[in-house]
Amino acid sequence: MTRTSGYSLGLHAQRIVAGVTITPIPTTLLGLLEPAPSHGYELKREYDQLFGSGGKPLSFGQLYGTLSRLERDGHIAVHGAEPGDGPDRKRYVITANGVARLEAWLTQPEKPDPTLQAVLFVKVVLALLSDRPAADYLDRQRAAHLDRMRELTAMRKAGPLSRTLLADFGLYHLEADMRWIDITAARLDQLRKEIVR
Amino acid sequence: MTPILAAHEVTKSFGATPALRGATIDIAPGEIVAVLGPSGSGKSTLLHCMAGIFPPDSGTITFDGTRLDQLTDAARTKLRRTLFGFVFQFGQLVPELTAIDNIALPLLLDGVARRSAYARAGAWFPRLELDGLERRRTGELSGGQAQRVAVGRALVTTPKVLFADEPTGSLDSLTGEKVMDLMVGMARAEGSAMVLVTHEARVAAHADREVMVRDGLVTPLGVGV
Repeated sequence: MTRTSGYSLGLHAQRIVAGVTITPIPTTLLGLLEPAPSHGYELKREYDQLFGSGGKPLSFGQLYGTLSRLERDGHIAVHGAEPGDGPDRKRYVITANGVARLEAWLTQPEKPDPTLQAVLFVKVVLALLSDRPAADYLDRQRAAHLDRMRELTAMRKAGPLSRTLLADFGLYHLEADMRWIDITAARLDQLRKEIVR
Repeated sequence: MTPILAAHEVTKSFGATPALRGATIDIAPGEIVAVLGPSGSGKSTLLHCMAGIFPPDSGTITFDGTRLDQLTDAARTKLRRTLFGFVFQFGQLVPELTAIDNIALPLLLDGVARRSAYARAGAWFPRLELDGLERRRTGELSGGQAQRVAVGRALVTTPKVLFADEPTGSLDSLTGEKVMDLMVGMARAEGSAMVLVTHEARVAAHADREVMVRDGLVTPLGVGV
Protein backbone atom coordinates (compact mmCIF):
# COMPACT_ATOMS: atom_id res chain seq x y z
CA MET A 1 0.00 0.00 0.00
CA THR A 2 1.31 3.41 -0.89
CA ARG A 3 1.81 5.53 2.19
CA THR A 4 3.30 8.99 2.49
CA SER A 5 3.78 10.63 5.87
CA GLY A 6 1.10 8.44 7.40
CA TYR A 7 -1.40 9.60 4.82
CA SER A 8 -3.19 6.75 3.16
CA LEU A 9 -4.17 7.32 -0.42
CA GLY A 10 -7.39 5.86 -1.75
CA LEU A 11 -7.07 3.01 -4.25
CA HIS A 12 -7.96 5.27 -7.16
CA ALA A 13 -5.40 7.87 -6.10
CA GLN A 14 -2.78 5.17 -5.58
CA ARG A 15 -3.23 3.98 -9.14
CA ILE A 16 -2.88 7.52 -10.44
CA VAL A 17 0.23 8.15 -8.34
CA ALA A 18 1.68 4.84 -9.51
CA GLY A 19 1.22 6.02 -13.08
CA VAL A 20 -1.35 3.42 -14.03
CA THR A 21 -3.67 4.85 -16.61
CA ILE A 22 -7.26 4.30 -15.67
CA THR A 23 -8.77 3.94 -19.08
CA PRO A 24 -12.26 2.93 -20.04
CA ILE A 25 -11.03 0.20 -22.39
CA PRO A 26 -14.12 -0.31 -24.64
CA THR A 27 -14.53 3.36 -25.61
CA THR A 28 -10.78 3.78 -25.91
CA LEU A 29 -10.58 0.89 -28.40
CA LEU A 30 -13.48 2.42 -30.33
CA GLY A 31 -11.57 5.70 -30.44
CA LEU A 32 -8.46 3.98 -31.75
CA LEU A 33 -10.46 2.09 -34.37
CA GLU A 34 -12.38 5.07 -35.67
CA PRO A 35 -9.69 6.66 -37.86
CA ALA A 36 -8.99 3.37 -39.68
CA PRO A 37 -9.77 -0.38 -39.38
CA SER A 38 -7.12 -2.26 -37.47
CA HIS A 39 -5.98 -5.65 -36.18
CA GLY A 40 -6.12 -6.62 -32.52
CA TYR A 41 -2.37 -6.62 -32.17
CA GLU A 42 -2.05 -3.18 -33.76
CA LEU A 43 -4.71 -1.85 -31.39
CA LYS A 44 -2.82 -3.20 -28.40
CA ARG A 45 0.45 -1.68 -29.60
CA GLU A 46 -1.17 1.70 -30.10
CA TYR A 47 -3.02 1.55 -26.79
CA ASP A 48 0.14 0.69 -24.88
CA GLN A 49 2.11 3.40 -26.63
CA LEU A 50 -0.43 6.16 -25.99
CA PHE A 51 -1.95 5.19 -22.66
CA GLY A 52 0.10 2.44 -21.06
CA SER A 53 3.14 4.52 -20.27
CA GLY A 54 4.36 3.88 -16.75
CA GLY A 55 1.56 1.44 -16.09
CA LYS A 56 0.80 -2.06 -17.15
CA PRO A 57 0.09 -2.72 -20.80
CA LEU A 58 -3.26 -3.96 -22.01
CA SER A 59 -3.35 -7.74 -21.67
CA PHE A 60 -4.41 -9.91 -24.59
CA GLY A 61 -7.23 -11.24 -22.42
CA GLN A 62 -8.60 -7.71 -21.86
CA LEU A 63 -8.09 -6.84 -25.51
CA TYR A 64 -9.85 -9.79 -27.11
CA GLY A 65 -12.52 -10.00 -24.39
CA THR A 66 -13.39 -6.36 -25.03
CA LEU A 67 -13.29 -6.69 -28.81
CA SER A 68 -15.58 -9.70 -28.62
CA ARG A 69 -18.12 -7.79 -26.48
CA LEU A 70 -17.94 -4.76 -28.76
CA GLU A 71 -18.61 -7.03 -31.74
CA ARG A 72 -21.48 -8.77 -29.94
CA ASP A 73 -23.06 -5.39 -29.15
CA GLY A 74 -22.73 -4.19 -32.75
CA HIS A 75 -20.18 -1.45 -32.00
CA ILE A 76 -17.51 -2.98 -34.19
CA ALA A 77 -17.56 -5.52 -37.01
CA VAL A 78 -15.00 -7.89 -38.43
CA HIS A 79 -13.75 -6.53 -41.69
CA GLY A 80 -11.58 -8.72 -43.82
CA ALA A 81 -10.95 -11.72 -41.55
CA GLU A 82 -8.51 -14.19 -42.93
CA PRO A 83 -9.85 -17.77 -42.36
CA GLY A 84 -7.54 -20.10 -40.55
CA ASP A 85 -5.50 -17.37 -38.96
CA GLY A 86 -5.49 -16.58 -35.25
CA PRO A 87 -7.77 -13.98 -33.71
CA ASP A 88 -5.11 -11.31 -34.14
CA ARG A 89 -5.45 -11.54 -37.90
CA LYS A 90 -9.03 -10.29 -37.75
CA ARG A 91 -9.38 -6.79 -38.99
CA TYR A 92 -11.93 -4.73 -37.06
CA VAL A 93 -13.93 -1.72 -38.18
CA ILE A 94 -16.09 0.61 -36.09
CA THR A 95 -19.83 0.63 -36.87
CA ALA A 96 -22.25 3.57 -36.84
CA ASN A 97 -23.45 2.40 -33.42
CA GLY A 98 -19.85 2.33 -32.24
CA VAL A 99 -19.25 5.87 -33.47
CA ALA A 100 -22.41 7.00 -31.66
CA ARG A 101 -21.23 5.39 -28.42
CA LEU A 102 -17.80 6.98 -28.76
CA GLU A 103 -19.27 10.37 -29.58
CA ALA A 104 -21.61 10.24 -26.57
CA TRP A 105 -18.73 9.34 -24.25
CA LEU A 106 -16.38 12.01 -25.60
CA THR A 107 -18.90 14.84 -25.39
CA GLN A 108 -20.21 13.96 -21.92
CA PRO A 109 -18.15 15.75 -19.24
CA GLU A 110 -16.81 13.40 -16.57
CA LYS A 111 -18.13 13.71 -13.05
CA PRO A 112 -15.66 16.08 -11.38
CA ASP A 113 -13.68 13.71 -9.25
CA PRO A 114 -10.36 14.67 -7.70
CA THR A 115 -8.44 12.08 -9.71
CA LEU A 116 -9.74 11.92 -13.23
CA GLN A 117 -6.96 13.49 -15.26
CA ALA A 118 -6.19 10.11 -16.82
CA VAL A 119 -9.67 9.80 -18.34
CA LEU A 120 -9.53 13.38 -19.60
CA PHE A 121 -6.15 12.69 -21.13
CA VAL A 122 -7.56 9.69 -23.02
CA LYS A 123 -10.48 11.75 -24.28
CA VAL A 124 -8.20 14.51 -25.50
CA VAL A 125 -5.93 12.09 -27.35
CA LEU A 126 -8.84 10.23 -28.96
CA ALA A 127 -10.50 13.51 -29.96
CA LEU A 128 -7.30 14.65 -31.65
CA LEU A 129 -6.83 11.29 -33.40
CA SER A 130 -10.31 11.55 -34.91
CA ASP A 131 -10.12 15.30 -35.61
CA ARG A 132 -12.84 16.09 -33.10
CA PRO A 133 -12.96 19.38 -31.16
CA ALA A 134 -10.79 18.49 -28.15
CA ALA A 135 -10.83 22.11 -26.96
CA ASP A 136 -14.64 22.00 -26.73
CA TYR A 137 -14.55 18.86 -24.60
CA LEU A 138 -12.04 20.47 -22.26
CA ASP A 139 -14.23 23.55 -22.04
CA ARG A 140 -17.28 21.48 -21.11
CA GLN A 141 -15.20 19.78 -18.47
CA ARG A 142 -14.10 23.17 -17.20
CA ALA A 143 -17.76 24.17 -16.80
CA ALA A 144 -18.60 20.91 -15.00
CA HIS A 145 -15.63 21.42 -12.69
CA LEU A 146 -16.59 25.00 -11.89
CA ASP A 147 -20.17 23.94 -11.10
CA ARG A 148 -18.83 21.42 -8.60
CA MET A 149 -16.31 23.92 -7.23
CA ARG A 150 -19.13 26.41 -6.69
CA GLU A 151 -21.03 23.80 -4.66
CA LEU A 152 -17.92 23.04 -2.61
CA THR A 153 -17.31 26.77 -2.05
CA ALA A 154 -20.84 27.10 -0.65
CA MET A 155 -20.14 24.06 1.55
CA ARG A 156 -16.90 25.51 2.91
CA LYS A 157 -18.61 28.81 3.71
CA ALA A 158 -21.42 27.08 5.56
CA GLY A 159 -19.00 25.28 7.93
CA PRO A 160 -18.43 23.86 10.51
CA LEU A 161 -14.65 23.62 10.16
CA SER A 162 -14.67 19.85 9.62
CA ARG A 163 -16.94 20.30 6.57
CA THR A 164 -14.94 23.33 5.44
CA LEU A 165 -11.73 21.30 5.42
CA LEU A 166 -13.40 18.48 3.53
CA ALA A 167 -14.65 20.97 0.94
CA ASP A 168 -11.15 22.48 0.73
CA PHE A 169 -9.73 19.04 0.01
CA GLY A 170 -12.04 18.67 -2.98
CA LEU A 171 -11.49 22.28 -4.12
CA TYR A 172 -7.70 22.03 -4.18
CA HIS A 173 -7.80 18.77 -6.12
CA LEU A 174 -10.31 20.10 -8.63
CA GLU A 175 -8.21 23.23 -8.98
CA ALA A 176 -5.26 21.04 -9.93
CA ASP A 177 -7.47 19.44 -12.63
CA MET A 178 -8.37 22.90 -13.87
CA ARG A 179 -4.72 23.84 -14.19
CA TRP A 180 -4.11 20.66 -16.13
CA ILE A 181 -7.11 21.46 -18.38
CA ASP A 182 -5.79 24.99 -19.00
CA ILE A 183 -2.29 23.89 -19.84
CA THR A 184 -3.51 21.04 -22.04
CA ALA A 185 -5.92 23.35 -23.90
CA ALA A 186 -3.00 25.66 -24.60
CA ARG A 187 -0.91 22.81 -26.03
CA LEU A 188 -3.43 20.93 -28.17
CA ASP A 189 -1.77 21.88 -31.46
CA GLN A 190 1.56 20.59 -30.20
CA LEU A 191 0.00 17.35 -28.95
CA ARG A 192 -1.86 16.84 -32.24
CA LYS A 193 1.44 17.02 -34.15
CA GLU A 194 2.97 14.48 -31.80
CA ILE A 195 0.29 11.81 -31.88
CA VAL A 196 -1.66 12.04 -35.10
CA ARG A 197 -0.58 9.29 -37.50
CA MET B 1 -33.43 41.79 -16.15
CA THR B 2 -31.83 44.99 -17.46
CA PRO B 3 -28.08 44.74 -16.95
CA ILE B 4 -26.41 47.24 -14.66
CA LEU B 5 -23.33 47.09 -16.88
CA ALA B 6 -23.00 45.91 -20.47
CA ALA B 7 -20.17 45.79 -22.97
CA HIS B 8 -21.20 45.17 -26.56
CA GLU B 9 -18.85 44.40 -29.42
CA VAL B 10 -15.98 46.18 -27.71
CA THR B 11 -12.65 46.38 -29.51
CA LYS B 12 -9.43 47.75 -28.09
CA SER B 13 -5.92 47.64 -29.47
CA PHE B 14 -2.60 48.73 -28.06
CA GLY B 15 -0.59 49.87 -31.07
CA ALA B 16 -0.91 47.12 -33.64
CA THR B 17 -1.83 44.51 -31.00
CA PRO B 18 -5.56 43.81 -30.63
CA ALA B 19 -6.51 43.07 -27.01
CA LEU B 20 -10.29 42.94 -27.47
CA ARG B 21 -11.88 41.93 -30.77
CA GLY B 22 -15.62 42.40 -30.23
CA ALA B 23 -16.12 41.46 -26.58
CA THR B 24 -19.74 41.34 -25.36
CA ILE B 25 -20.89 40.74 -21.79
CA ASP B 26 -23.85 41.75 -19.59
CA ILE B 27 -23.71 42.02 -15.80
CA ALA B 28 -27.02 41.95 -13.88
CA PRO B 29 -27.49 44.12 -10.77
CA GLY B 30 -25.88 42.42 -7.80
CA GLU B 31 -24.47 39.63 -9.97
CA ILE B 32 -20.94 38.33 -9.41
CA VAL B 33 -19.29 37.28 -12.65
CA ALA B 34 -15.84 35.75 -12.85
CA VAL B 35 -13.82 36.50 -15.97
CA LEU B 36 -11.34 33.70 -16.60
CA GLY B 37 -8.67 33.41 -19.22
CA PRO B 38 -4.97 32.90 -19.73
CA SER B 39 -2.46 35.74 -19.48
CA GLY B 40 -2.70 38.03 -22.47
CA SER B 41 -6.24 36.92 -23.37
CA GLY B 42 -7.61 40.43 -22.83
CA LYS B 43 -9.45 39.90 -19.53
CA SER B 44 -7.83 42.82 -17.70
CA THR B 45 -8.32 45.08 -20.72
CA LEU B 46 -12.01 44.13 -20.68
CA LEU B 47 -12.22 45.11 -17.01
CA HIS B 48 -10.50 48.43 -17.69
CA CYS B 49 -12.85 49.20 -20.60
CA MET B 50 -15.95 48.22 -18.60
CA ALA B 51 -14.79 50.41 -15.72
CA GLY B 52 -14.27 53.41 -18.01
CA ILE B 53 -10.51 53.49 -17.40
CA PHE B 54 -9.71 52.80 -21.07
CA PRO B 55 -12.03 54.15 -23.76
CA PRO B 56 -12.80 51.36 -26.26
CA ASP B 57 -11.78 51.81 -29.92
CA SER B 58 -15.28 50.75 -30.95
CA GLY B 59 -18.36 49.18 -29.39
CA THR B 60 -20.41 50.39 -26.44
CA ILE B 61 -20.16 50.31 -22.66
CA THR B 62 -23.47 51.00 -20.95
CA PHE B 63 -23.76 51.54 -17.21
CA ASP B 64 -27.27 51.85 -15.77
CA GLY B 65 -28.59 53.24 -19.05
CA THR B 66 -25.69 55.69 -19.61
CA ARG B 67 -23.20 55.26 -22.45
CA LEU B 68 -19.91 55.26 -20.58
CA ASP B 69 -17.90 55.40 -23.79
CA GLN B 70 -19.52 58.72 -24.69
CA LEU B 71 -18.83 60.49 -21.38
CA THR B 72 -16.03 63.02 -20.96
CA ASP B 73 -12.94 62.01 -19.00
CA ALA B 74 -14.09 64.15 -16.08
CA ALA B 75 -17.57 62.59 -16.01
CA ARG B 76 -16.10 59.07 -16.18
CA THR B 77 -13.70 59.86 -13.35
CA LYS B 78 -16.53 61.10 -11.16
CA LEU B 79 -18.63 58.04 -11.96
CA ARG B 80 -15.73 55.73 -11.14
CA ARG B 81 -15.21 57.46 -7.81
CA THR B 82 -18.84 57.34 -6.74
CA LEU B 83 -20.45 54.32 -8.36
CA PHE B 84 -17.59 51.91 -8.97
CA GLY B 85 -15.17 50.28 -6.56
CA PHE B 86 -11.79 48.72 -7.36
CA VAL B 87 -9.65 46.02 -5.80
CA PHE B 88 -6.41 45.24 -7.60
CA GLN B 89 -3.64 42.76 -6.90
CA PHE B 90 -1.51 45.38 -5.14
CA GLY B 91 -0.36 48.96 -5.17
CA GLN B 92 -3.74 50.57 -4.68
CA LEU B 93 -3.43 52.00 -1.16
CA VAL B 94 -1.63 55.24 -0.32
CA PRO B 95 1.26 54.05 1.86
CA GLU B 96 1.75 57.40 3.64
CA LEU B 97 -1.83 57.29 4.93
CA THR B 98 -3.29 55.19 7.72
CA ALA B 99 -5.76 52.38 7.12
CA ILE B 100 -8.73 54.53 8.08
CA ASP B 101 -7.47 57.45 5.97
CA ASN B 102 -7.36 55.12 2.97
CA ILE B 103 -10.91 53.89 3.50
CA ALA B 104 -12.23 57.43 4.11
CA LEU B 105 -10.43 58.83 1.06
CA PRO B 106 -13.10 58.13 -1.62
CA LEU B 107 -15.74 59.72 0.62
CA LEU B 108 -13.59 62.81 1.27
CA LEU B 109 -12.88 63.15 -2.46
CA ASP B 110 -16.60 62.96 -3.05
CA GLY B 111 -17.24 65.87 -0.69
CA VAL B 112 -18.52 63.99 2.35
CA ALA B 113 -17.84 65.92 5.58
CA ARG B 114 -14.71 64.74 7.37
CA ARG B 115 -16.45 63.59 10.56
CA SER B 116 -19.06 61.64 8.66
CA ALA B 117 -16.48 60.15 6.28
CA TYR B 118 -14.34 58.88 9.16
CA ALA B 119 -17.37 57.51 11.00
CA ARG B 120 -18.41 55.56 7.93
CA ALA B 121 -14.85 54.39 7.28
CA GLY B 122 -14.44 53.32 10.91
CA ALA B 123 -17.57 51.17 10.74
CA TRP B 124 -15.84 48.93 8.19
CA PHE B 125 -13.04 47.82 10.52
CA PRO B 126 -15.05 45.28 12.56
CA ARG B 127 -16.76 44.02 9.38
CA LEU B 128 -13.35 43.42 7.84
CA GLU B 129 -12.00 41.93 11.07
CA LEU B 130 -9.44 44.74 11.27
CA ASP B 131 -10.38 46.18 14.69
CA GLY B 132 -7.57 48.16 16.26
CA LEU B 133 -5.66 48.69 13.01
CA GLU B 134 -7.34 51.97 12.07
CA ARG B 135 -4.27 54.13 12.74
CA ARG B 136 -1.68 51.83 11.22
CA ARG B 137 0.03 53.03 8.08
CA THR B 138 -0.77 50.65 5.27
CA GLY B 139 2.92 49.84 4.79
CA GLU B 140 2.84 48.34 8.30
CA LEU B 141 0.02 45.94 7.49
CA SER B 142 0.35 42.35 6.28
CA GLY B 143 -0.62 41.59 2.68
CA GLY B 144 -3.97 40.15 3.73
CA GLN B 145 -4.75 43.06 6.05
CA ALA B 146 -3.83 45.58 3.35
CA GLN B 147 -6.06 43.78 0.87
CA ARG B 148 -8.96 43.90 3.32
CA VAL B 149 -8.40 47.65 3.70
CA ALA B 150 -8.55 47.83 -0.10
CA VAL B 151 -11.89 45.95 0.00
CA GLY B 152 -13.18 48.45 2.55
CA ARG B 153 -12.03 51.37 0.45
CA ALA B 154 -13.67 49.88 -2.63
CA LEU B 155 -17.01 49.29 -0.90
CA VAL B 156 -17.27 52.33 1.41
CA THR B 157 -19.14 54.31 -1.23
CA THR B 158 -21.62 51.42 -1.70
CA PRO B 159 -20.71 51.10 -5.39
CA LYS B 160 -23.06 49.64 -7.95
CA VAL B 161 -20.20 47.62 -9.41
CA LEU B 162 -17.04 46.34 -7.79
CA PHE B 163 -14.15 45.54 -10.14
CA ALA B 164 -11.62 43.09 -8.76
CA ASP B 165 -8.53 42.21 -10.81
CA GLU B 166 -6.64 39.20 -9.41
CA PRO B 167 -7.56 40.30 -5.87
CA THR B 168 -5.79 37.37 -4.22
CA GLY B 169 -2.89 37.17 -6.65
CA SER B 170 -0.27 38.20 -4.13
CA LEU B 171 -1.69 36.35 -1.10
CA ASP B 172 -1.16 32.86 0.30
CA SER B 173 -4.07 30.39 0.07
CA LEU B 174 -5.56 30.86 3.53
CA THR B 175 -5.29 34.67 3.43
CA GLY B 176 -6.65 34.68 -0.11
CA GLU B 177 -9.70 32.67 0.96
CA LYS B 178 -10.34 35.07 3.82
CA VAL B 179 -10.15 38.08 1.51
CA MET B 180 -12.48 36.40 -1.00
CA ASP B 181 -14.99 35.40 1.69
CA LEU B 182 -15.07 38.93 3.06
CA MET B 183 -15.12 40.66 -0.31
CA VAL B 184 -17.90 38.49 -1.74
CA GLY B 185 -19.88 38.59 1.51
CA MET B 186 -19.61 42.38 1.76
CA ALA B 187 -20.41 42.93 -1.94
CA ARG B 188 -23.54 40.80 -1.57
CA ALA B 189 -24.53 42.63 1.60
CA GLU B 190 -24.14 45.99 -0.18
CA GLY B 191 -25.93 44.75 -3.30
CA SER B 192 -22.92 45.52 -5.48
CA ALA B 193 -22.39 43.61 -8.70
CA MET B 194 -18.85 42.35 -9.20
CA VAL B 195 -16.60 41.78 -12.18
CA LEU B 196 -13.95 39.41 -10.87
CA VAL B 197 -10.95 38.89 -13.12
CA THR B 198 -8.89 35.87 -12.14
CA HIS B 199 -6.92 33.01 -13.58
CA GLU B 200 -7.62 30.87 -10.50
CA ALA B 201 -10.57 28.47 -10.63
CA ARG B 202 -10.86 28.43 -6.84
CA VAL B 203 -11.36 32.21 -6.83
CA ALA B 204 -13.79 32.04 -9.76
CA ALA B 205 -15.90 29.49 -7.87
CA HIS B 206 -17.05 32.32 -5.57
CA ALA B 207 -18.94 33.87 -8.51
CA ASP B 208 -22.51 33.29 -9.67
CA ARG B 209 -21.23 32.45 -13.15
CA GLU B 210 -18.03 32.44 -15.14
CA VAL B 211 -17.10 33.56 -18.61
CA MET B 212 -13.88 32.96 -20.50
CA VAL B 213 -11.91 35.52 -22.47
CA ARG B 214 -10.08 33.95 -25.38
CA ASP B 215 -8.27 35.93 -28.03
CA GLY B 216 -10.14 39.09 -27.13
CA LEU B 217 -13.63 37.56 -27.21
CA VAL B 218 -15.93 36.64 -24.32
CA THR B 219 -17.45 33.16 -24.34
CA PRO B 220 -19.59 31.42 -21.75
CA LEU B 221 -18.15 28.21 -20.40
CA GLY B 222 -19.31 24.81 -21.51
CA VAL B 223 -20.81 25.63 -24.89
CA GLY B 224 -17.68 24.94 -26.87
CA VAL B 225 -14.86 27.12 -28.03
